[in-house]
Amino acid sequence: MTVSSNDLSPVTQSAVARFLDSDIVYSFKQSKVTIVAAIVTLLMMCGAFFAPWITAQNPFDLATLDLMESLMPPVWMEGGEARFPLGTDGQGRDIFSVILYGSRLSLMVGFSSIILAGAVGISLGILAGYVGGRTDAIIMRIADVQLTFPSILIALLIDGTVHSLFPQLIREDSAFWVLVLSIGMSFWVQYARTVRGSTLVERNKEYVQAARVIGVSTFTIMVRHILPNVLGPVLVITTINLALAIILEATLSFLGVGIPPTQPSLGTLIRIGNDFLFSGEWWITFFPGAALATLALSVNLLGDWLRDALNPKLR
Amino acid sequence: MITFVLHRLWQAIVVMAVVALLAFTMFRFVGDPVNQMVGIETTPEQREIIRESLGLNDAVIVQFWSFIKGAVQFEFGISYQWKKSVSDMIFSRLPATMELSLVSAVFSLIIAIPMGVYTGLNRNSVLSKFFLSISLIGVSLPTFLIGILLIYLFAVQLHMLPSFGRGEIVDVGGWTTGFLTVSGWKSLILPAFTLGLFQMTLIMRLVRSEMLEVLRTDYIKFARARGLPSRIVNFGHALKNTLIPVITITGLQLGSLIAFAIITETVFQWPGMGFLFVEAVRDVDIPIMSAYLLLIAFLFVTINLVVDILYFVVDPRLRVSGKE
Repeated sequence: MTVSSNDLSPVTQSAVARFLDSDIVYSFKQSKVTIVAAIVTLLMMCGAFFAPWITAQNPFDLATLDLMESLMPPVWMEGGEARFPLGTDGQGRDIFSVILYGSRLSLMVGFSSIILAGAVGISLGILAGYVGGRTDAIIMRIADVQLTFPSILIALLIDGTVHSLFPQLIREDSAFWVLVLSIGMSFWVQYARTVRGSTLVERNKEYVQAARVIGVSTFTIMVRHILPNVLGPVLVITTINLALAIILEATLSFLGVGIPPTQPSLGTLIRIGNDFLFSGEWWITFFPGAALATLALSVNLLGDWLRDALNPKLR
Repeated sequence: MITFVLHRLWQAIVVMAVVALLAFTMFRFVGDPVNQMVGIETTPEQREIIRESLGLNDAVIVQFWSFIKGAVQFEFGISYQWKKSVSDMIFSRLPATMELSLVSAVFSLIIAIPMGVYTGLNRNSVLSKFFLSISLIGVSLPTFLIGILLIYLFAVQLHMLPSFGRGEIVDVGGWTTGFLTVSGWKSLILPAFTLGLFQMTLIMRLVRSEMLEVLRTDYIKFARARGLPSRIVNFGHALKNTLIPVITITGLQLGSLIAFAIITETVFQWPGMGFLFVEAVRDVDIPIMSAYLLLIAFLFVTINLVVDILYFVVDPRLRVSGKE
């Protein structure tokens, strides 16, 4: 034990030591790609989180924008300025600031929709697996039907339906939540199927039977006893789905049904930049695109590693 | 065999019924169809006449029945936005999507299978690792980004290929095709590559893992022990047995190709169904949305059914268990 861990209680100390000694940490240290991916992901998340303190300009504040400064190239090209390291877009917004604010939105949509998908999928999965019978049949049939369609189609349909149910006025403000709903509801199936599978295994184990014998209610058994034991595989799905959700968000925004251009996410930025591509202003599309690709790739790599590390068959 | 097919057919009909109910609910209850069709100056009496003539005052179950009857005859009403028949609009766009999906499916198979076989046989070679990293990037890069990148490179910078549209098309008995002109083929290259890239990486990884699995089996070891040349072992025995899952996945992916064409078509302004659908979602054009949903569902269900039956024909083991 190191000296610095003196102030920790014996329990946490051994927990930390056990964690550092575990297979997961070992396989993490062994894989250079994973370490790089983790660092990149962490950097991008910090950049997005601390965007207001890092960036020189708030790109959403119209008062700070100057149209005279629009379409400036990156600093290393002729006509670039040090104030705008990656150039500016058609409204004079600093590309670097806009990317940080944009990835903030992308990550927020990604996390929120994964939480929604997880909440819906896990609850329905446990319900289907534990209660069984007709409930199980109905839930899994719906899941099967939904699984036949790609998530992009489901998300587009939900988005279109929600938008037509609500009048034009609240569109701008509700765009974020509509997007979260569309993406979340197109991802729940995978959670439900996985959790149902593990629940079917867990429900026949002795501790569940014991709980049932002493008269614990069905709801408590599902939440307190089964839930913690089926969460392992969920972690892997979540990491991979986070990358997918970020890509789906960008795609929807690119198609023009996602986040509006007044508060652009990465996908909206690429869509805006796409119009400038033919006149040669490549940086407006390229840098947000590169940011999106880097983010998605590193989260994907983390997910790949996690799947291999948690899968005992591959050891 | 017949019970198996009937069972699958029944499942397909159930799926279609659910989707039809969904499409009908959207069509009928999301927004007021009459409001969408007439101007503000229309009086309530006139509205009531239209309402009556459209059958909107009938019982919901009667309306659903007439919706189904219409759908079977590919009759989906009038687009809110374009005031044209939805089925005409979709069918004028169908050839573009079909040609795009078909070409990218063929293209991805031609490239992916040799790559998969190679990476499966030479597990640790540098080229295999290169192929695998490329495929990971292919999975992580969003389709629309790849499309934009290709447009910038080949259309804006090199001026080699067109960046939008189908080029010159020829009308062959109502089916517009780009296969007969040079500009049609040139316009097809970039979208087809963009659309096929994801399938390509998927099929390559699938062939690779199946090859690795099959090469470990006893009959391959025996084939080698018998002294058969490795060409026959690898391609005659191993590859043949990997092709069953490849057929299934490729078949199932054909449906996703048509759906993912939504993105590719938007990037390349390709005048297909997907582009029409995205415009419909943006304009909240419910008749087009529900018609597209039904059509895609029909395609998916048909493809699934055909693949299932094909699987049955290809894999003799299934036939044996089916008889019992």
